Amino acid sequence: MITRSAAQLAAALESGETTSAQVTEAFLNRIGAVDGDVHAFLQVDSDGAMAAAAASDARRAAGAPASALDGVPIAVKDVLATQGIATTCGSKILQGWVPPYDATVVARLKAAGLPILGKTNMDEFAMGSSTEHSAYGPTRNPWDLDRIPGGSGGGSAAAIAAFEAPLAIGSDTGGSIRQPGAVTGTVGVKPTYGGVSRYGLIAMANSLDQAGPVTGSVLDAALLHEVIGGHDPLDSTSINAPATGFVEAAKQGANGDLSGVKIGVITELGGEGYQAGVLARFNESLEVMVAAGAQIVEVSCPSFVHALAAYYLIMPSEASSNLARFDAMRYGLRVTPDGDPSAEDVMRATRDAGFGDEVKRRIILGTYALSSGYYDAYYGSAQKVRTLISRDFEAAFAQADVLVSPTAPTTAFKLGEKLDDPLSMYLNDIATIPANLAGVPGMSLPCGLADEDNLPAGFQILAPAMQDARLYRVGAALESLLTKQWGGRLLDRVPELGGAR
Amino acid sequence: MNFDEALAAFDPAMGLEVHVELNTATKMFCGCPTEFGAEPNTQTCPTCLGLPGSLPVVNGKGVESAIRIGLALNCSIAEWCRFARKNYFYPDMPKNFQTSQYDEPIAFDGFLDVELADGEVVRVEIERAHMEEDTGKSTHVGGSTGRIHGADYSLVDYNRAGIPLIEIVTRPILGTRERAPEVAKAYVAQLREILLGLGVSDVRMEQGSMRCDVNLSLAPKDSGLLGTRTETKNVNSLRSVERAVRFEISRHAEILSGGGSILQETRHFHEDTGITTSGREKSDAEDYRYFPEPDLVPIAPSREWVEQLRSELPEPPRVRRARLQEAWGFSDLEMRDTVGAGALGLVEETIAAGAAPQAARKWWLGELARRANEDGVEVSALPITPADVAGVQALVDAKTINDKLAREVFEGVLAGEGTPADVVAKRGLAMVSDDGALAEAVATAIAANPDVADKIREGKVAAAGALIGEVMKLMRGKADAARVRELILESLT
Repeated sequence: MITRSAAQLAAALESGETTSAQVTEAFLNRIGAVDGDVHAFLQVDSDGAMAAAAASDARRAAGAPASALDGVPIAVKDVLATQGIATTCGSKILQGWVPPYDATVVARLKAAGLPILGKTNMDEFAMGSSTEHSAYGPTRNPWDLDRIPGGSGGGSAAAIAAFEAPLAIGSDTGGSIRQPGAVTGTVGVKPTYGGVSRYGLIAMANSLDQAGPVTGSVLDAALLHEVIGGHDPLDSTSINAPATGFVEAAKQGANGDLSGVKIGVITELGGEGYQAGVLARFNESLEVMVAAGAQIVEVSCPSFVHALAAYYLIMPSEASSNLARFDAMRYGLRVTPDGDPSAEDVMRATRDAGFGDEVKRRIILGTYALSSGYYDAYYGSAQKVRTLISRDFEAAFAQADVLVSPTAPTTAFKLGEKLDDPLSMYLNDIATIPANLAGVPGMSLPCGLADEDNLPAGFQILAPAMQDARLYRVGAALESLLTKQWGGRLLDRVPELGGAR
Repeated sequence: MNFDEALAAFDPAMGLEVHVELNTATKMFCGCPTEFGAEPNTQTCPTCLGLPGSLPVVNGKGVESAIRIGLALNCSIAEWCRFARKNYFYPDMPKNFQTSQYDEPIAFDGFLDVELADGEVVRVEIERAHMEEDTGKSTHVGGSTGRIHGADYSLVDYNRAGIPLIEIVTRPILGTRERAPEVAKAYVAQLREILLGLGVSDVRMEQGSMRCDVNLSLAPKDSGLLGTRTETKNVNSLRSVERAVRFEISRHAEILSGGGSILQETRHFHEDTGITTSGREKSDAEDYRYFPEPDLVPIAPSREWVEQLRSELPEPPRVRRARLQEAWGFSDLEMRDTVGAGALGLVEETIAAGAAPQAARKWWLGELARRANEDGVEVSALPITPADVAGVQALVDAKTINDKLAREVFEGVLAGEGTPADVVAKRGLAMVSDDGALAEAVATAIAANPDVADKIREGKVAAAGALIGEVMKLMRGKADAARVRELILESLT
């Protein structure tokens, strides 16, 4: 049961072969069995999930399912506000905070009938590429428990790879959906900026953040994307267009035909700094696509070399302001120093105790970048780079329908390996950041295991803004071609965990 | 140093920052109600509490009000502008940044021609008018000052957090010399009048829906320089604006002529003593790290919309005043008194309801102003309408009542006894118009005062006054004095 895709589970529910209660219980049992090793979850809401499953079964019995995914359970990254369920963002400073409201994404999941299994682990405030920056301990990669599951959404990706959930929600500011997808052999989609409501998504960098699907297959991602996407009047940056056509595109792509599709390979995202095994799987995937009728063109995006630098000015600038609200005055952690402390003393002590080092690092960076006298040189210049990157994308999309690259330069590294080397950690997102800066959608899907370590490598597809359907068309085609070549899904090769597979 | 000595040595420069709370039904960035005086923290939601994950959505009505204010102040309206975050920590700021506007205000480069009491007009240049949200309201409990320092604890009411504010900032006002305090007061008063006319705000200074910060500096006389400024807050009435400017001019002059220098700081005005005291030090180094608000999209009001709003603006107060003065034939003094009493609109409506201009003015500035003063309220807050006042005057004109009885009618209307006609009926105030009854009273009065009657017979008509008084007493005031006089003269000559 637990290794089935969400689409298969939905079909089994539809046919009456199983019930949401049975499916949900199976995943809760799986979580109970393996999450001690994986630590994908920060909170498991068994009661809430089972109640939602019962309600789903009742709807279905009445012949009125709420959506195609009604009854299929889901895990939600702890960055989204969930009414009545503690939401921490992986931070001590929000320990014990129970939101009085649901994020729009969560509200849509509930309205569509998906039982929420729990909240998944993440780097504190989504800052990191390994989930090691969670204040509640790291998540481990189901492919190798000594390795990182990527980040910041390592919890959601690991939950999929460990079959603890058939679907999950992630959030992607610089690659936090796609890079964990790459290193766990799962599928992750960062929608067009504005395609999915950010209301209730606890902001790291508002102009870059986007929630999206984390799944085991391209079709599952398309199904989930249609549930969570679309206009939300509560988010001013939400695009006023329906989220439709993704499932159709995925189904079309699944026939493996890529005739007439122009695929642009980004020169700047490959070569030096990329692991040989990752590049090998990437190039083989290109060959598979050519064989299926695709045309490959090489495109250059010269400004992308500045993307990481621009990102590390814009993101911390916005984050430094966003995180100012965590001051112990209204909710969350409160540390009261001895003596007769002023409000400022309480704020200072709480923020000192409540934020981890990476968060403090970025607050300091951002505060500095926005300071009078430095603003133009840092934040201002970074915004100009951002414009140049958007222009590079425009020029590239004039030559190709989609752009492709390896998702991450390497496979999963060992826990602790890069913890003391922030710059090396930041480089994990070098191929994913440009999409966030330009607001274009991106997908990562597995393209095989690297020869040197037998760990998953990710293939990234990028499309023009509002053309998310192209990701599903091309992604589903590549997925079906590779699955055929491998004789099964990559996920089926995940080592057994804790005995219960 | 007294004010005159200060001006002998220095030139004052002023800058006025006025914050106006808009009277939109909902807050600037969420759907919470804005009603004043609700139970603390009952008009809040995730957005105005700044809860993690919440997002702002701009109140379109707030933008419209901002544009109308900009237009009324002769400003240019931005074709494209953004909100910006002003970052600083304070417990009454839910997000620890205020969503405001920085270098892209919605309205800029305007002016207001301010008319002083003697008719002199001073042009005050408006640098900008921008939109922002209000903060929560802190109450510091314990301690002697009511300020945060020394308080036992503080309470914060977030009902006010997110109320739409427009901040209107003047350019430095120079060259006003000894009239600086008067100009400051007149500017705020006329700004208030414009905002009232626009209907965008309650502009109640005592409730904080209009707040004025006074920036003031002195420079050596005729030097053309700008000195170090102080920013005085908590100036909560028109009178306080004038007093605060006056006090700061004297205080600065005292320090400067003693060889000292002015500390750039925020100061607090004290209504009771009329002095200012030091607040927090505010140097130019204070860095709010402004940057464009990424959660909101830019505002680009179409030119068509702006022009439509311009065409719908009410008549500017000065133009209106001139037009009305001409139409009513008021003297300058009568007009100034009417405006000063806050009765211009009331008088206008009373005239529209049928009263003669002088009659309308007489009641509002006389009997009713006296009542308002007794009750300690604005004349506009009295429970009587312009239609009622016109109704009273109509009764006078119809000789149903006289002026003296009219005062009793006003008393009845203010006491909630109904319309003027109701009051006349209920209290039996109508004058006796029956000549028979009057003639009887006249005869009685003449019989009781033969010596007076003789004087009148001898041609001393002025003596009739005593008999009229006697008749009015007999009629319990309910007689037309003019008719009584006629009857007296008829029977004695």
